[in-house]
Amino acid sequence: MGKTYTKPAALTDNHTHYCPGCTHGIVHRLVAEAIDELGIQDTTVGIAPVGCAVMAYNYFDCDFQEAAHGRAPAMATGIKRVRPDLNVFTYQGDGDLASIGMGEIMHAANRGEKFTVIFINNAIYGMTGGQMAPTTMPGQRATTAPMGRDTALTGMPLRMANILSQLVTPAYVTRQAVLKPQQVNKAKKAIKKAFQYQVDGTCFSFVEVISTCPTNWGMTPLDALKWAEDTLLPYYELGDYKTPEDEPK
Amino acid sequence: MAKVLMKGNEAIGEAAIRAGCKNYFAYPITPQSEVAEYLAKRLPEEGGCFLQGESEVAVGYMIFGAAGAGERVMTTSSSPGVSLMSEAISYIAAAQCPAVFVNIMRGGPGLGGILPSQGDYFQATKGGGHGDYHLLVLAPDGVQEAVEMTMQAFTLAEKYRNPVMILGDGMIGQMMEPVEFRDDLKSEPSNKDDWASNGMATRGSKKRNLVKSLFLDPTELNKNNLILKAKYEQMRKEEVQYELYNEDTDYQVLITSYGTMSRVCRTAIDMLKEEGIEVAMFRPKTLFPFPEKEVHDAAVKESCKSVISIEMSMGQMVEDVQRCVMGKRPVEFYGECGGEIPTPEKIIEIVKGLI
Repeated sequence: MGKTYTKPAALTDNHTHYCPGCTHGIVHRLVAEAIDELGIQDTTVGIAPVGCAVMAYNYFDCDFQEAAHGRAPAMATGIKRVRPDLNVFTYQGDGDLASIGMGEIMHAANRGEKFTVIFINNAIYGMTGGQMAPTTMPGQRATTAPMGRDTALTGMPLRMANILSQLVTPAYVTRQAVLKPQQVNKAKKAIKKAFQYQVDGTCFSFVEVISTCPTNWGMTPLDALKWAEDTLLPYYELGDYKTPEDEPK
Repeated sequence: MAKVLMKGNEAIGEAAIRAGCKNYFAYPITPQSEVAEYLAKRLPEEGGCFLQGESEVAVGYMIFGAAGAGERVMTTSSSPGVSLMSEAISYIAAAQCPAVFVNIMRGGPGLGGILPSQGDYFQATKGGGHGDYHLLVLAPDGVQEAVEMTMQAFTLAEKYRNPVMILGDGMIGQMMEPVEFRDDLKSEPSNKDDWASNGMATRGSKKRNLVKSLFLDPTELNKNNLILKAKYEQMRKEEVQYELYNEDTDYQVLITSYGTMSRVCRTAIDMLKEEGIEVAMFRPKTLFPFPEKEVHDAAVKESCKSVISIEMSMGQMVEDVQRCVMGKRPVEFYGECGGEIPTPEKIIEIVKGLI
């Protein structure tokens, strides 16, 4: 009897450094499955961010480049413009993309760069130790918001999928989650679709994935899943925000 | 081919194309924007890639991405813009990718001005970005040399897998001179399959390539820095370029100068000669590697009583000259900046004060 569930070819055998209960592992697998199913492993170049996924190149079995904080969309632009035949994706966290790299992501999206962005939103800085992110929820505690995020001082959390979907340039922009099996299945479809748009040379594609950070949230993995479901999803609504077929707004 | 009259900035753009570079990313800044304007028209004609980035910060990483993917790539900017690119330059040097950066210097620090300056010598030769790295820095003295150095830069960048900087100034960028594009300086891009993230299918390999600068293991980081250090040592042995002017005389003073400033110094030396005063000039063409032994040897010639570094800055290259002369002759400095270029008459006055 054949195996029904195997490790994707686009993942290496390396053990990841991610914390127990972190959902990076799920998203890594979904990206790798999409690469496998589209048969693009040997034409794909990934861009690692700064943050928890800085060593993503240890886990994806394809060519990789490593950017500085927030600059992954600029680096992806450089690769894709000079080698349009390659499939390029960035894998970025919320501090990387929504804070220091806001300029790069906005302009890459607005230029309609034909690469794919996987955006992990867990409402906190992970790698640097739980500081407040642009996506941190009102009242949510972080090491640099010890009393909880005060929106009078720091504004409201940035909803990147909503913001990017306002751009006129055609794009595929979606927000998914990986907190429940049904969500994981939907996220898989969205990620594959995002890569398919790139393979077809259609448009910029952006998949925001609501994720967990049990370590920096100070929760058990199960509590983190529940907290994300109860707290993040009402503000970060799931679904497709923009598809290339939409009429310009 | 015959010489053509071209503006420095446009000639640099054409030189990149003639060298075989089809990829250019940049952000406008005075006094070098004509490079981008020229290539916005020319590169599409050549089937190349022109893109105006949203900032110099982003452009630095567009260059990194394209270089990491194994393609020849160039950007041009001016002083404040190069400061913004310095982050990427450090990363590119660490990841050992070949790329060409052109800095058409203007006055600083800060927003400074838009007129010619040589105030970025420290930044270009000593760092700019963080960490232990060097650029190979070429300093043209006019449009013709800017063209030749731009063409050579791609070969050098690939030889060393290191960023190469052309350090010009606003005068070189803005003036028009007759130039010749020498076919012998055109080169084929090197094969980058061993290291570039150009897709496994491109090189028919099942082994992935990683372009990165993160080495969390201290022994690995040390190893990478030693590899870089060995490259800089090789540059010191193989790439030093310089010019000596009026050296076959019993010169009493040795001027050290580079770029646009050296042309004014040459005029001053010719005028002094008519008065019977012999002065020589040492002009580094490579600012890194600096011609250490050569400038020392020129300074310690028996007839030479003193050395003076004349720069369009408040005194930067003079520190390298002092280092190399090792106290064997007094090393003086004269400089102006902010767009002011010392005149031949001023240089004559300064030099006479040393005799």
